[in-house]
Amino acid sequence: MSSQSSAVPEFDAQTAPALMSTTRPFYWSVRRELWESRWIYLAPLSVAGVVLLGFSITLVYFPARMRSLATLDAVQYRQAIATHYDIVAGLMMAMAILVDVFYCVDALYGERRDRSILFWKSLPVSDRTTVLAKASIPFIIVPLLTSAIAILTQFIMLLASSAVLLGSGMSVAPYWASLAVPRMWCLLFYHIVTAHTLWPAPVYCWLLLVSAWAPRAPFFWAVVPPFALAGVERVVFQTWYFGRLLGARFIGDTSAAAVKSGDLFPTNPMTHMTPATFLGSPGLWIGLLIAGIFLAAAIQLRRRRGPI
Amino acid sequence: MACVEARGLRKVYGTTVALDGIDLRVEEGRILGVIGPNGAGKTTALDAILGLIPYEGELRVLGRDPWTERDQLMRDVCFIADVAVLPRWMRVSQALDYMAGVHPRFDRAKAEGFLAKTTIKNGSKIRELSKGMVTQLHLALVMAIDARLLVLDEPTLGLDILYRKQFYDSLLNDYFDRQRTVVVTTHSVEELEHVLTDLMFIDRGRIVLTCTMEEFEARYSEVTVKAEQVAAARALHPMHERQMLGRTILLFDGGDRQQLAALGEVRTPSIADLFVAVMGNHSGAPGGENK
Repeated sequence: MSSQSSAVPEFDAQTAPALMSTTRPFYWSVRRELWESRWIYLAPLSVAGVVLLGFSITLVYFPARMRSLATLDAVQYRQAIATHYDIVAGLMMAMAILVDVFYCVDALYGERRDRSILFWKSLPVSDRTTVLAKASIPFIIVPLLTSAIAILTQFIMLLASSAVLLGSGMSVAPYWASLAVPRMWCLLFYHIVTAHTLWPAPVYCWLLLVSAWAPRAPFFWAVVPPFALAGVERVVFQTWYFGRLLGARFIGDTSAAAVKSGDLFPTNPMTHMTPATFLGSPGLWIGLLIAGIFLAAAIQLRRRRGPI
Repeated sequence: MACVEARGLRKVYGTTVALDGIDLRVEEGRILGVIGPNGAGKTTALDAILGLIPYEGELRVLGRDPWTERDQLMRDVCFIADVAVLPRWMRVSQALDYMAGVHPRFDRAKAEGFLAKTTIKNGSKIRELSKGMVTQLHLALVMAIDARLLVLDEPTLGLDILYRKQFYDSLLNDYFDRQRTVVVTTHSVEELEHVLTDLMFIDRGRIVLTCTMEEFEARYSEVTVKAEQVAAARALHPMHERQMLGRTILLFDGGDRQQLAALGEVRTPSIADLFVAVMGNHSGAPGGENK
């Protein structure tokens, strides 16, 4: 750590000023977000820890359970053994949504409330760099982090289960084959990127926008206008279109990204990824366009708003 | 080139005129004290100079427009505000890392050198430091930047006398080198008296008085007048009169020192006394007529 920091001035001298003015402030701005909001990674890590603890208890009766499953057909067998893995994946998806929402609501409000915005603005970091660094948390850091934690947790579960199976003289081959581990992990990452990052992009950017604007209670201002709009639509047109649309964006429901039969879990190997359909769907691009407009507005607001 | 140059600088908040078209020119290497009552527009003027607010009129700081080029301007400008604005969750070591990361003119070793003279530990969180220590830390961070303009807005507000004295001592001894420019606002005029090279009084969004300290010393004199000569002294049109311990003290603008010496003991007034005199004449005593 100390050798790294003492090397910084040398790096400065050798770096082209143009590069210095964009990438380094961005990198350090992201780092400061992770310093300030350590719960971005501590929350999913502790959830993973609790799940692993619970899972280790189930290992006691794991061999007996596996023997009882031997008579099931392939689909039922898969369903029975995948439950724990689906719980981990589902919890990490929920953590991604929760972390993103709570982070975005406070990202540009907190620095105004504690007046530290005056310190950040006294440094040669543009408002665009700052807002984009904050947006990189829901769009880059959280998807990578939650996918990695989910995969690591499932990997530990896989190793522990295998050890227990081998220890009680059973074969691990059907277990591994049925889980279809690499495909499961691909689907998990794909689902987090499509359904919980790109699809809800306008939701997260809306939260950042409100966070940059709100005079107080950003959560209130983030939630009330959409609810009011949905309510007005319900009263005037007797439809629920806007409310459903919001719900689908928020939960990350996207039928364009994958084809699956029934209500299979998104990481079930029977799911077919359809990235071309997803990338070609107007809903994605309309959402991203709106997200971009919200983000641009957030940058302008960050420029104009002082401490509260 | 002037470090700060403003023409017709104006800022209106709703119906309140915070800055009413001020003209301002600060040459490089000066230490300018901006003094004014609460709500006079001091902080608004500094905010405009720092690119924190949009404004009407012309403003150039180090040749740049602060509102459109704030991030580039901040390579050459540093700023300490009236309240502790360092993020409370940050560790001292993180503040150093961050500054070294984003600021091309930040000298980490220098900042560590300043911190070594204090009791601030590298691993401490800023929330754990006293207000005086936070100001010390901020000053150490700022003084390690090779900047051309330093803006201080009430930097010693709420500090005890030891920290206040130390603040200006280290600023003068370790930082100011006649190349850099400092703009400082304060209510505690007396502790700045010997630091300033230029003086500006501001009230209700207008500049009431601006002069160098040499001009100030040459132009204003304060005479403690003997009782029997008060009438004669008043005939010379003092700008202000006050009573202290039963004696009459008159403040003259541009009076002939030899003539005044005949009336009593003559000396240069303190900035605070001149401030009271100028503000009294400008806006009337409390409850007086508003011009």
